[in-house]
Amino acid sequence: MKLLKILTAGVFAGVAFTAANASASVLDTVKQRGVLNCGTDNTAPGFGYLNTTTGQMEGLDVDFCKAVAAGVLGDASKVKFITVTDKSRFDAVLTGQVDVVFAHTTIKPARESSIAIDFLPINFYDGTGLMVKTDAGIKEFANLDGATICTTQGSATETVLAAAFKARGWKDSKVLTYENLEKLFSALNSGRCNAMSTDKSALAAWAGNAPKPADYVILPDTLDKSPFGGFVAANDSKWRNALRWIEYGLFQAEESGITQANLAEKLKSEDPFIQKFLGSNGGGYGKDFGLSDDFIAQAIKAVGNYGEAYDRNLGPKTKMYLDRKGTPNALWTQGGAIYSPLWN
Amino acid sequence: MTIHETSAIRGMAESDRLRSRRLRNRIRHEAIQLGIVALVVVLLGMLAYAVKAGLAEKGIRFSFSFLANTAGFDISEGWTLTSDEGVVPNLAQFSSEMSIASAFVTGIFNTAKIALLAIILSTTLGTMLGVGRLSTNWVVRNLCFWIVEFVRNTPLLIQLVFWYFAVVLRFPPMASAAKLYGGLIVSQQGIYVPTLSWSGGVSTLSLILVTATCVSVLGAVFDPIRGMRRICIFAAAVCFGLLIATGGMTVDFPVANKFKASGGTSISPEMAALLLAVVVNSASFIAEIVRGAIDALPKAQWEAAGSLGLSRRDTVNDIVLPQVFRVVLPSFGNQYISLTKNTALGIAVGYPDLFNIYGTIANQTGHSLEGIIIVMASYLILSWIISSAVYWANRRLNPMGVSR
Repeated sequence: MKLLKILTAGVFAGVAFTAANASASVLDTVKQRGVLNCGTDNTAPGFGYLNTTTGQMEGLDVDFCKAVAAGVLGDASKVKFITVTDKSRFDAVLTGQVDVVFAHTTIKPARESSIAIDFLPINFYDGTGLMVKTDAGIKEFANLDGATICTTQGSATETVLAAAFKARGWKDSKVLTYENLEKLFSALNSGRCNAMSTDKSALAAWAGNAPKPADYVILPDTLDKSPFGGFVAANDSKWRNALRWIEYGLFQAEESGITQANLAEKLKSEDPFIQKFLGSNGGGYGKDFGLSDDFIAQAIKAVGNYGEAYDRNLGPKTKMYLDRKGTPNALWTQGGAIYSPLWN
Repeated sequence: MTIHETSAIRGMAESDRLRSRRLRNRIRHEAIQLGIVALVVVLLGMLAYAVKAGLAEKGIRFSFSFLANTAGFDISEGWTLTSDEGVVPNLAQFSSEMSIASAFVTGIFNTAKIALLAIILSTTLGTMLGVGRLSTNWVVRNLCFWIVEFVRNTPLLIQLVFWYFAVVLRFPPMASAAKLYGGLIVSQQGIYVPTLSWSGGVSTLSLILVTATCVSVLGAVFDPIRGMRRICIFAAAVCFGLLIATGGMTVDFPVANKFKASGGTSISPEMAALLLAVVVNSASFIAEIVRGAIDALPKAQWEAAGSLGLSRRDTVNDIVLPQVFRVVLPSFGNQYISLTKNTALGIAVGYPDLFNIYGTIANQTGHSLEGIIIVMASYLILSWIISSAVYWANRRLNPMGVSR
C-alpha cells in the first residue's frame, strides 16, 4: 500500500505542477531564479557558436540573449546558454527547459499556428541559399538537376527544397538531412552532397571559417526568404512584450545614435525623449513591463545597439562578413527593414 | 465404526477444509491481481488526464488529424503505400505531395527493410564468427576472437559514424568510380548493382529455361539426394546463362552520369553504413551466443562424430549446428529485437528510418507527442512480429513433448 500512496502522490504532484506552471509568467520565474536560460545554437558562426580560442559563446543570437539578461535581470552575465538543435528548439521552450530561444529560426505561420510558440520581432533578414565546392564547376541552382542536396533536419529549408524541386519538375534530385550543420559540412566536403543548402548567412560563416574559403562557392540564387526571430512559449504576453521591447530598444538606440561608448554621456542628456527612452530621470517604460526603469540602458550597456552587435558578429572585421548596405538588415532610415515602433 | 472408517471421514473433512482454504487463497490472490490491474488502469488514466490538461494549458492541441496533411518535404529514399488506383494499395516512391501518414509508412518501410536485411546477414556472419572462435586454426580462432571483442566493447553509435565517415564516404566520387566485376559501381553516391528484368515477350524457350533454373535452385537449396548440390548449382547457372544469352531476360547495368548513376539497383551510402554497423555489431553478439551453445554441447558428440570418421567440417555442419540452432533460437530472437531497435541510430548518418522521419515530421508540424506515440507503437509491433516469428520457428524446431 505504501507504493500506492507514493504513486498517487506523484500523479497529484504532477497535476499540481502543470497547473501551477501555467499561471505564472516566465518573466516572474526568470526574476525569481536570477538566471536567464537562453536557447542558442553552438555550431552557427556569426549567430551562436562557441569560440574555441576564447572559450566564450559568440554571435548575434548570443548578444540578444545577453541583452535580454541585462534588460530583465540588470546583469548580462546572468545568462545560461543552453544548446538547442533545429529539431529540439521548439520542445525546449514548450517544456520550460529554456525561457527564450534565439537560434536563427525562420518565422513561418505553421510554427506559430500549430506549435504553441510566439515569435519575437525579426532580428535578421536572410534567404535560403546553396553552397557547392568550387571544383564541382556548378554556377547556379539550375545546374543541380539530379544532384543530392543536403540540409539540416527539421529546418525550413527542407520544405523550401522540396517545393523548388517540384516547381522545376526535377525527379532525380534528392534531399538528404543531417542532425546539425557540422555533419552537413563534412558531408559536403566528402562529396556525398553535391550542394549544401541552408540560410545564406550560415553558408557564408562556414565558408569563412574553413581552412581554405576559396574552396567553396555560394550560388547566386536565393530560393526563399528566411526572416529570423527569437521565440517564447505562447500565451505569455507579459514575457513576450518585455522581450519584444528590449529588442526594439536596440533598434531604436541605433537610430538615436546611442552606443555602448556614449551611453554614460547620453544618460546625463537633458533631451526628454532620451531621458524617457533610457529611463534616466526615473520615468522610463520599465515599470509597466515589470522591469527596471533603465532596462534599455542596461541592454545597451551589455551589447551596444543593434548596429554594434551586428558589426561585432557579422561586420567587415569578421570572417563571415555580411554587408548590411542595401539589404533589409540596414536601418530603415538607410532603406533597410530594421525598424522600431515609436518610443514616445 | 472401524479405525479405518474414522480416519477416512477425518481425511475427507481435512480435504474439504484444504479445498476451501485453497479456494479462499485463490479468491484472495485473484482479488489482489484484479486490484493491481485496476490501480494501474486508474493511474494511467490520471496520468493521461494530467498530460492532456497540462498540454491544453499550454495551448497544445492533442490530435492525430495532422496525419492527413500534405507532407511538403522530401525523403531521400524509401517506398510507401498509395491507394490511388482502386482499393488495392500499391507501392510507390515517397514524394512531397503525399500525406504525413505516408511519410510515417516510408519510415516504417525503411526501418523494416534494414532490420530484415540485418537479421539475415548478422545471423550468417555471427554463426561464422562463433564457429570460427572454436576453430582449430590459430589464426582464424584469434582473428574471430579479436573481432568479437573489439566490436562488442565499443559503442554502436561510434562504430556507425566510423563506417559512414571513414569507410563509405571514402569511396571514390561518381565521376571516377569504376565498374567492378562487370557492372558493380561502388561510389560515395551509393553502391549500384545490375538488376535483371523481363524483356517483354514470353517464349516457350524462356519459360522452359526459367522452370529449369527454379528447379535446379530448389534442388541446390533442399539437396534431396546427397551430393547433388554442386550439380544443381552448376545446372542453375547454365540455365540462367542460357536465359540471358537467348534474350529471355535482360540485365540492366548501372550507368554513371554527372551526379549519380542510372539503371540497376542502388544502396545509398547511409543505408550501407547503417547496415554494416548494425550487422557487424549484432554478429559479434550472435557469435557469442553460438559459441556458448557449442561449448555447452556434450564433448562426446564431437568424439562420436570423430569416431565415425566424419571430418571436422561435416561434424560442425551435420552434428553440431543442427543441435545448436535448437538451443540458440530464443537468444537470437532477443538479438533480432535489439538490432531492430538499434536501427534508430540511423539519424546519426542521415538514413531516413522511422525515428529520423519522425524528427522531421515533429518539426514541420509541431505534433511531437502524437508522433512519438506512433513511433513507439510501430517499434512495439515490429518487435512483436519478430518475437512471434522466432516463437513459431522455435515450435517447429522443438515440438512440445519431444525431448532433445
